[in-house]
Amino acid sequence: MGTDANRRAPEDIVCKDADSRRSTRPRGETFVWVTAMGLTVGLTMIVFLLGLVVVNGFGVFWPRSVALIEFREDRGTRFQGGTKALGVITIEQERDVRDLSLEQRASLHAADRREKQLFLGNRDAFGQAFAFFPAGDIRSVTYPDDVIRAERLEWGDALFFPVRLEMEDGSVIQADDPTFNSLLLKRVDDVAARRAQIHQIERYEIGRINLQMHQLEQEERFYSRQDELTAQQRSDRAAVARRMDQLRAQYQPLADQAARLRSKQHQDTFVYRLVTGDERSMSVGQIVHYYYPNRLTLVGRAQIFAGQLWRFLSGFPREANTEGGIFPAIFGTFVMTLMMSVAVMPFGVMAAIYLREYARQGLFVRAVRIAINNLAGVPSIVFGIFGLGFFVYFVGGGIDRMFFDRALPTPTFGTGGILWASLTLALMTVPVVIVATEEALAAVPRGVREGSLACGASKWQTIRYLVLPASAPGIMTGLVLAMARGAGEVAPLMLVGVVALAPNLPLDSVFPFIHLERKFMHLGFHIYDLGFQSPDSEAAKPMVFATTLVLILLVVVLNLVAILVRNHLRKKFTADKF
Amino acid sequence: MNDKHDGTVAATGGASEIQQRRVQVAQRRKKIDNDASAQYIQVCDHSFFYGSAQVLFDLNMDIPERQVTALIGPSGCGKSTLLRNFNRMNDLIDGISHRGDILIDGRSIYDPYLEVISLRKRIGMVFQKSNPFPKSIYENIVYSLRVAGRNRRAELDETVERSLRAAALWDEVKDRLRETAFSLSGGQMQRLCIARAIANRPEILLMDEPCSALDPVATGKIEDLIHQLKEEYTIIIVTHNMQQAARVSDRTAFLYMGRLIEYDDTETIFTNPTEEQTEAYVSGRFG
Repeated sequence: MGTDANRRAPEDIVCKDADSRRSTRPRGETFVWVTAMGLTVGLTMIVFLLGLVVVNGFGVFWPRSVALIEFREDRGTRFQGGTKALGVITIEQERDVRDLSLEQRASLHAADRREKQLFLGNRDAFGQAFAFFPAGDIRSVTYPDDVIRAERLEWGDALFFPVRLEMEDGSVIQADDPTFNSLLLKRVDDVAARRAQIHQIERYEIGRINLQMHQLEQEERFYSRQDELTAQQRSDRAAVARRMDQLRAQYQPLADQAARLRSKQHQDTFVYRLVTGDERSMSVGQIVHYYYPNRLTLVGRAQIFAGQLWRFLSGFPREANTEGGIFPAIFGTFVMTLMMSVAVMPFGVMAAIYLREYARQGLFVRAVRIAINNLAGVPSIVFGIFGLGFFVYFVGGGIDRMFFDRALPTPTFGTGGILWASLTLALMTVPVVIVATEEALAAVPRGVREGSLACGASKWQTIRYLVLPASAPGIMTGLVLAMARGAGEVAPLMLVGVVALAPNLPLDSVFPFIHLERKFMHLGFHIYDLGFQSPDSEAAKPMVFATTLVLILLVVVLNLVAILVRNHLRKKFTADKF
Repeated sequence: MNDKHDGTVAATGGASEIQQRRVQVAQRRKKIDNDASAQYIQVCDHSFFYGSAQVLFDLNMDIPERQVTALIGPSGCGKSTLLRNFNRMNDLIDGISHRGDILIDGRSIYDPYLEVISLRKRIGMVFQKSNPFPKSIYENIVYSLRVAGRNRRAELDETVERSLRAAALWDEVKDRLRETAFSLSGGQMQRLCIARAIANRPEILLMDEPCSALDPVATGKIEDLIHQLKEEYTIIIVTHNMQQAARVSDRTAFLYMGRLIEYDDTETIFTNPTEEQTEAYVSGRFG
């Protein structure tokens, strides 16, 4: 930039040589540098943060080689009493030597000052998933070909050497058998298909029956609380009991089917050997997915990466959310943000139209405007408390008393749910929409309004046909800001409907399909839950990064859609062809 | 709103007063024209205020039908304000008030029973800065019909062609009616605005310095247009350009500091004005 000018000899600048090309960029102005610095600092922070999240988030799914580490016999480091450890080297770092005495520190070799963190897996066997080893105690690091890394339904991943597969019919296939891998692959596919079937039966078919039974139970409880029943009520009660029996009859075969499938999951046993030499066994039904990490080519790794990423995005969480997928959280965030947008748009736009177009501009309107701007600065938790008090207890409680009194004291709407969460966030983001809409309305030229009125249009017609379309891009900008703020918000949601693990999605195939009263999962809360509420935060850390990445991507996608809509509107309604 | 309230006073409390004034106006008129059309629009003792500042002082003038009347005068003399009072465009401004009355075809524009929308439907307006709507050329023209609830396709098509032909724009844009109005040149945009103003067949056409932002060629086209349009419409035009006033108008009113100094046939104003100020202004000695 300016350095060119500094380097150039002064006479060069003085002489107006026709050949020398000169840029008209402002040079030597101090504030060019100051402003550029502001931008640089901001950009650096953003790039750093995004880079951290992207690298760590995607890194979770990249299959890394598994190292077999052997310790030096003459040193004291042992793992589970043996001299070998198997794991993924995750971190290599300087040791913290502050608790060693000065002599001890002096005696340390350079290699001893470093340590390696290993992801060991096999939490069930070792009790811990990570361990640190001093680098100086390591004699060799090799990458054995036949290591398997398996994702299990319980206890996280396992790293082991396969031994044999004991089939239900009594036949045994040893790991060195050439058909071993293809056979195991087939078995794992079979159990995955069966697992999906069980999931379908238990979640949807039995779930639907459970829901109906739950409603009938509430009816029954209502009747049992009455002192005296009318003839009509008595027959209704009998009908409820009959319906209950029908449902139970429907339930039983489904439950049996699920149990049959479940027992099939355990018919084959897989025997494996840990690095310590112990042999352990598990049923093949435990294995979600497995691969040989040290045999993979780059393409193979990419395939595993895509598969793991897909399971993460589309799966349901397991084991206190630390394993499995985050689909319910993605879906919950998405639905809530959409509902919030639907709620916030009309209110914000209507309020802004009144303020800008109809209200007589004066002291009062100015005060209202200041109040709205200040509303945007109110801590979000305050909105959460308001949402809890007003939406959940007052409105929700009122709805329960009016329409769901038979279910009381179990609340239906009188407890946190996706509707109340969306409305709370809509309330929180409405100032953003109002301010943006007002700006957009003010930017519509006066000439257009006068022209319309001179054509005999009423004020509302002018707003409806000219002012609103012309300010639509600006309104969309407000929506983008509101969505970005709403989708990333966590604190108020904790009070009005977010849970760490929701049994059902807010949208499903059970009538009435959209369940506004249901609690839901949210990516932001998921991050908090994983990072600070899970038993093994070290194990959850990669998931935190991955979930953060998904949340950022979701916000980006929602914003991109809004921006595309805005650009489309802008092309349609504004004068860019002068 | 403010003016509505004033209108009530003028129409009810001061009805006889206005009648009286109208008689006075008739007596004061220098040239009594027997043709009834000569008093198509009557401005009677009209004063106008922005807040407490008075910008028009007791104006009296009769504007004939199907003729071009030019309002001239130096900047800030109130000619635009007067023009914008004819279709009550000044209603948009907070804190305005007026005294006296303006009658169109014998009926007060401040009549509380007269809806301002229906008034504006009878009066087309062309602004100083062309202000096409951010819509297609076609939609710009039919806008006044659409807001009046007339959506019949045949009628809209007919209106577009008629208006564009009348505004001498049809041949230039007939093949791109669906394109955005912003694709037109400055002169075309102003003619589009004229076409839009006459789409709903108004009786009166108000023009607020319609050529001030145009080059001489475009100005010439619009002046030709005004000549044709006066066959059908009563045109009131505000202009800074004395030659233009002389070229296009039949009658000319000279305003100065919110007062009507002289109002007469254009020829008289430019060749043999009664007032000294008028002569000084039209000959370019001040203003």
